[in-house]
Amino acid sequence: MSRLLEVRGLNVVFSGFHAITDLDFCLDAGELRFLIGPNGAGKTTLIDVITGLTRPATGSVSFAGQELVGRREHQVVRAGVGRTFQTSVVFEELSVVDNLDLAAGFRRRLPTLLRRRHGVSDDVASALDTIGLGALADRPAGVLSHGQRQWLEIGMLVVQRPRLLLLDEPVAGMSRTERERTGELLQSVARDHTVLVVEHDMDFLRRFASTVTVLHEGRLLCEGTVAEVQADPRVQEVYLGRSRDELDKEVA
Amino acid sequence: MRNRIAFAVVTVLLFAAPLVFSPFRLDLLAKYLCYAVVALGIALAWGRGGMLTLGQGVFFGLGGYAMGMHLKLVEAGPGQLPDFMSWSGVEQLPLLWKPFANPVFALVMVVVLPVTVALLLGLLVFRQRVRGAYFAVLSQALAAAFVILLVGQQGLTGGTNGLTNFQLFFGLDLYDDADRRILYFTVVVVLGLSFLVVRQLARSRYGQLLVAIRDGEDRVRFLGYDPALVKTFAFAVSAGLAGIAGALFVPVVGLLTPANLGVVASLELLIGVAIGGRYSLAGAVGGALLFHYGKTIFSEQWPDSWLYVQGALFVAVMLWAPRGLAGLAGQLRDVIAARRRPAAPAPPVLEEVRA
Repeated sequence: MSRLLEVRGLNVVFSGFHAITDLDFCLDAGELRFLIGPNGAGKTTLIDVITGLTRPATGSVSFAGQELVGRREHQVVRAGVGRTFQTSVVFEELSVVDNLDLAAGFRRRLPTLLRRRHGVSDDVASALDTIGLGALADRPAGVLSHGQRQWLEIGMLVVQRPRLLLLDEPVAGMSRTERERTGELLQSVARDHTVLVVEHDMDFLRRFASTVTVLHEGRLLCEGTVAEVQADPRVQEVYLGRSRDELDKEVA
Repeated sequence: MRNRIAFAVVTVLLFAAPLVFSPFRLDLLAKYLCYAVVALGIALAWGRGGMLTLGQGVFFGLGGYAMGMHLKLVEAGPGQLPDFMSWSGVEQLPLLWKPFANPVFALVMVVVLPVTVALLLGLLVFRQRVRGAYFAVLSQALAAAFVILLVGQQGLTGGTNGLTNFQLFFGLDLYDDADRRILYFTVVVVLGLSFLVVRQLARSRYGQLLVAIRDGEDRVRFLGYDPALVKTFAFAVSAGLAGIAGALFVPVVGLLTPANLGVVASLELLIGVAIGGRYSLAGAVGGALLFHYGKTIFSEQWPDSWLYVQGALFVAVMLWAPRGLAGLAGQLRDVIAARRRPAAPAPPVLEEVRA
């Protein structure tokens, strides 16, 4: 497998606080990787750096041979990296189809942009099918439930045809059935995309993850399969060290 | 369909207006229609794009002065100086004025000047992610600075008095009622075309993108668009429309002074749109007409009270009808819908959130 993302010597400092310290991190094309760690481990910060939202103090992020550090957010997207946020932001006034159409559009030329949308493009139709919101296509996105919004967000990512998808806690706050649905969606998306998922939910992790990277206090702790990671005494210590109850809650 | 009928009816009414109105009233209507063209631009930039632009007067003025300079040169005749220059002791035509003797150049500048300023300002400001109140203050400061510049350059701009005394407008005699009717029709046609252009923009994918940026600029960045470019485009279109309106205002009203494009004038343009409804193009046009009509009526009857009425109107709209008059119907529907179904829908089935 070829290397798609390579983070080297990354340091991120927020007014004196070291959010990420000397981090090296790699992702191969076609991988589905989970990123876990206790609160404050630097998971979201890493995604923010990759997508241009946060500028690192030092270090490089190389994506398919291109340096991403220093690029603005929309340029990173155009390079082929898409992301979702912990709190989903869809455009409530626009219909579900229009949300997807907008997301699919950054490659359009000005004359197309200045015309109205007629019909539904193939990309959008297939994304609508993938996320299972076909029945709600023409409803405003404002009426969607929390879970449906997250799926719409994932759909909005897929229509951008990115080479790398970064999902920030896609199942946070979801019901059991919604999580199940999201897991299946994730697997189907991962079939033809490289995906990095930040997740807290251990149950979800066990069911859908293959390779896991653990961060702790801004450093890489370990990497491996779910079983390896769970057996690693350092990981246990990190989670145990914080509080026995928390571990029980998350592992139970 | 309903919109098309409304558009047709308004068009017919506007074309029939000369049959009903005296030449004096028709001139006033033409003036309001100029403001309505500006209002369309504000509805695009503010209503759709969320850019609270308090400085549209600048673009109105740039277009107006480009036209005014040309008309003054025509009136003075070849080789002669405009009247106000001789009064200020200017003996040679300033270099800045020379190209405006050419009608094509002047007409092009009516659009190019305001659009260029808006493009430069927009790229600079929006790329730095200046928005909301900061952008509003900045645009207003620009209007204030522009007035100071105009007033200070007496010999170049006519200072506080501005440009006055126009006789001809591209062959039309501005003192002839029949010719003034043609001028009025020109304004009507320009307004109609502007309406169609802005409506097309608002309905297009670009229009949706603009609304998306208004509601979630940071999210749009992660869809791969550069919000600065998208906003700058809308801002430039609004500036171009203001410029065209300013250029028509000059022959319609017969003068252009810094007071027509300063901070107060810019605010009035905005208040009209707020009252009519900034999310609706028809609302913005209607608001501009109503507001400036109200201003004329009140100023004729009770000259001192207009400022209070204007302030009260603005506050009332902001408090009770944030979507303006055009949004009242929708607001009413919401109220009725809320009354009709006071009971909550069936309680949702509770599910375990975490295993």
